[in-house]
Amino acid sequence: MFRPRVIPVLQLMNKGLVKTVHFKNPKYVGDPINAVKIFNDLEADELVFVDITASREGRLIDLDFVERVGDQANMPFAVGGGIKDLRQIQSVLRAGAEKVIVNSAAMMTPGFVKAASDEFGSSTIVVSLDVKKGWSRKNTVWGMSGTRNSKKSPPDSALEMQEEGAGEIIINSINRDGTMLGYDHDLVRSVCKVSTVPVIALGGCRSIEDASKVCSFKWGGANAAGAGSLFVYHGPRKAVLVNYPDQSQLSSIFND
Amino acid sequence: MHRRAVIVDYGMGNLRSVFNKLKVVGQHAEVSSSPEVIRRADFLILPGVGHFAKGISNIKELGLWDLLNEMVLVKATPIMGICLGMQLMANSSEEGDSEGFGWIEGRIHQNIHSDYLRFKVPHIGWNDVDRGIDNLFFEGVDGTKKFYFVHGYHMQCSNKNDVLATSEYDFEFVSAVQRKNIVGFQFHPEKSHLQGQKLFQNVLQIL
Repeated sequence: MFRPRVIPVLQLMNKGLVKTVHFKNPKYVGDPINAVKIFNDLEADELVFVDITASREGRLIDLDFVERVGDQANMPFAVGGGIKDLRQIQSVLRAGAEKVIVNSAAMMTPGFVKAASDEFGSSTIVVSLDVKKGWSRKNTVWGMSGTRNSKKSPPDSALEMQEEGAGEIIINSINRDGTMLGYDHDLVRSVCKVSTVPVIALGGCRSIEDASKVCSFKWGGANAAGAGSLFVYHGPRKAVLVNYPDQSQLSSIFND
Repeated sequence: MHRRAVIVDYGMGNLRSVFNKLKVVGQHAEVSSSPEVIRRADFLILPGVGHFAKGISNIKELGLWDLLNEMVLVKATPIMGICLGMQLMANSSEEGDSEGFGWIEGRIHQNIHSDYLRFKVPHIGWNDVDRGIDNLFFEGVDGTKKFYFVHGYHMQCSNKNDVLATSEYDFEFVSAVQRKNIVGFQFHPEKSHLQGQKLFQNVLQIL
């Protein structure tokens, strides 16, 4: 049976692994290559790496790093951070990533996602929609690591990206990032209701049960559940510990 | 296993992970799009992700169409197709309305679903592979282990004997094919943990 993916989403800064809260206050949690080794041993479904300062600093994620991940990883992985032209996508894929994640460029350059999916195939292009609730309590999609407001609603943005040819959509709640308060189910559902491409829910996950819940049709209907804090922290004091459930545990929780 | 394995590079997708995982199971492979290099291979790997018609047109532009046909059909060189690489082995595809190699009798169809909000396209994720009993290619692969899929099209085989395994995502579809020296996987063994590596080992041993 098909089982929704449970995906560790790992943030990078200055070649270290970090974890933010509301996209702010990055805290160092370890060495990323070491984390890949551990996720290999634990047979994680897929990995996502995002260089959280690349776009703002106007540079691309370190390609040597992508190569080193590719040489290690026994599972598919996607890479994001500062990707803004087709040549960069080519080099990230050449370095060994299966998919690239675009966010700021998708937001700021209309037609970029279309050009990218035409060239590399839809299944290679993942669009991350970073969502924040503004003063008006309305959800809008943000670019540049949550610093620039596109003023578009998440479902509108998702539809637009899907039409341009995005193969997958990450719906990431900045308000829930790093909080471990549970997913924003209304937000996830609002996007899954209109999207015919797979949706990865992100932001707020505190347990595997949460991951399973957001993938159930009733609670969101996501195709995959991403989580950051859950897989790098352990216990109520948030001690740093890279972890991942074993496959039998996943199967039973996802009611396989 | 001192064979000359060549990964055919026809400009479609990430070949590095296939190269890496073959290396892990002890098979060095050369990545090449050169007819001269490919001609000397005694084991071929046809990977690939992307558009069917574009894949075929790239292969023709590189001057590999006749060569691959001759190697696979006449010289019976073992070949392993992965994802798009497997689909190219069929007679034709709905994707770009293109002809394929026709090594495996069949046609590639778009995944049609009963409910697109429940069954998103493409089919991305980990799924079971039903390989029946006594399937040598899957020997030593734990039946509960899943494999990683990414595809929006699937193969329908004319000859049931060519079906090596099936999987289910809303509907049942062919997830592996095999005929003589030809084997193909719809899923990605190279991204499927140790079960994928075991599969590579088996293929290298059998073909």
